[in-house]
Amino acid sequence: MKQFLFFIQKEFYHLLRDKRTLFILFGMPVVQIVIFGFALTNEVKNSRIAILDQSKDEVTTSIIQQLEASQYFDIEKNLQSEADIEPAFREGKIKLVVVFPSQFQSTLLHTNSAPIQVIADATDPNVANTLTNYASAIILDYQNNIRGNQDFPYTIQTEMRMLYNPQMKGSYNFVPGVMAMVLMLVCAMMTSISIVREKEIGTMEVILVSPMVPLRVVIAKMVPYLLLSMINIGSILVLSVFALDVPIQGSLLLLVFECFLFTITSLALGLFISSVTNSQQTAMLISLMGMFLPTIMFSGFMFPVENMPLPLQIISNIVPAKWFYYIVKAVMIKGLGFFSIWKETLILAGMTTVLMLISIKKFKTRLE
Amino acid sequence: MKENFAISVRELTKRFNDFTAVNAITFDVKQGEIFGFLGANGAGKTTAMRMLCGLSFPTSGQAMVAGYDLYQDAEKIKKSIGYMSQKFSLYEDLTIRENIRFYGGIYGLSDHEIKTKTETLVHQLHLEEQLNKLVKSLPLGWKQKLSFSVAMIHQPKIVFLDEPTGGVDPVTRREFWTLIYEAASQGTTVFVTTHYMDEAEYCDRVSIMVDGRIDALDTPLELKRKFNAPSMEEVFVQLARKAKRTE
Repeated sequence: MKQFLFFIQKEFYHLLRDKRTLFILFGMPVVQIVIFGFALTNEVKNSRIAILDQSKDEVTTSIIQQLEASQYFDIEKNLQSEADIEPAFREGKIKLVVVFPSQFQSTLLHTNSAPIQVIADATDPNVANTLTNYASAIILDYQNNIRGNQDFPYTIQTEMRMLYNPQMKGSYNFVPGVMAMVLMLVCAMMTSISIVREKEIGTMEVILVSPMVPLRVVIAKMVPYLLLSMINIGSILVLSVFALDVPIQGSLLLLVFECFLFTITSLALGLFISSVTNSQQTAMLISLMGMFLPTIMFSGFMFPVENMPLPLQIISNIVPAKWFYYIVKAVMIKGLGFFSIWKETLILAGMTTVLMLISIKKFKTRLE
Repeated sequence: MKENFAISVRELTKRFNDFTAVNAITFDVKQGEIFGFLGANGAGKTTAMRMLCGLSFPTSGQAMVAGYDLYQDAEKIKKSIGYMSQKFSLYEDLTIRENIRFYGGIYGLSDHEIKTKTETLVHQLHLEEQLNKLVKSLPLGWKQKLSFSVAMIHQPKIVFLDEPTGGVDPVTRREFWTLIYEAASQGTTVFVTTHYMDEAEYCDRVSIMVDGRIDALDTPLELKRKFNAPSMEEVFVQLARKAKRTE
């Protein structure tokens, strides 16, 4: 037991003396939360648009005013003819052009119907989609207003409710994602690097010649990062509750337990990486390419897994972060209890056990 | 196998797929002896040494280390041996005191033992001033000497040194060998690999490995007589030339 404590103490010396890494480890979750919370967002605001108004009547002026008034659009310029549309897009600033044909108002009054053309720069399809939706919503709104004066026998009113996230905040989505990412990075990458580093400098050999049991070496290597991760989880949760207003709906204890479980999974992954390579650089590359990228791609945090082709959906199931992400969302955002997530928890625990067993076995056979 | 040998090896073999790194070597090392384990690069000395330290599992053959069987009592062997690897084996980002404490700790020394050990060791190496400095600030020669002392911290019966003086200047090498003689005079068996032939002359007995086999084993004096050579260097070159294996 005492050798074990000596070993952990030594690990802490390494960790605490490497100020730069330490700063990154503690700073990273804070920076990520702040960046995702305040800088990166899917909402599109103040997009520059252009108007080609060939009618210039009461109705078009009124619609243009409403477009201008919305927070989504800034009218950058008024075009004179259709020939101006292409050049306007080519400059790159304009994301959307709204075209009113001539005689707009009179067409509307006489035929009860008039076309508006909305042209978007679809080089970024998501932005184009969002902007055209905003524009049609504003136009529809105007239409409902003028119709409001008349009596209309039948109307269908759609009432929408956004469950669990009424304000449609992006942070509800990324806080669990950032948690998965940070744990992956701290545990998998740092553990693998710290073990491989000892192989590189030759101390691992000396340790393996000593009476220290290999299993204890492995555990002693993990303890500091386990602790560090729990601190990081704490800071992420505090930030998300107090700075981003993302509440913890479910049980905090359950959430911490699940984080603990995923931390062990990541540690096991780190151990596994360290058993397949002898160089720090390779360990880092494998952690980034093999762990970090799948976490971002397949956890559902950035791209919805449901829309992926079937083979990718199947692959996503072996990414531990996917299950963790699901669990955190269920507990933190939806406020579900253990009975709703026991299956996912079991899968995660199973993965962890298998990974841990394989890695420990590999670690042992190295010296024999 | 006689019990009073520190190391006793019979037909020890290590094969990696179809490559035989160590080919049925047999030798004995007496207690308290300084045993030089020589061979060209790739002759198999490091592999042989790794097997004796329990870092690598033999393909076949028998070996007793410190009176324990290599297969059955690996744990007991670990407690009785010290090891200094080719690579520098201290932590550069730890102080001298912390390094001693760590290695003392993993060999299960008590706090009191660690404290007295630290004092004697630091005194012996004249490192009193540097005790709380990071190891990376030490010159290489001192690091090597410290490394050796740390490998001896639990007073092992046998100490394995894998090219301990690589890249060190002649004066420091001489000082290093003074440490080795001191250890041997206190009864520790020293098993050392080296590429320096003047160091081979310092050993009580020397074995020379060629292509995975031990081609010669005797005292330096006797080897020079047998090969009719003026120096160990000449003996080594005569033997190593026969090697078919290249690195």
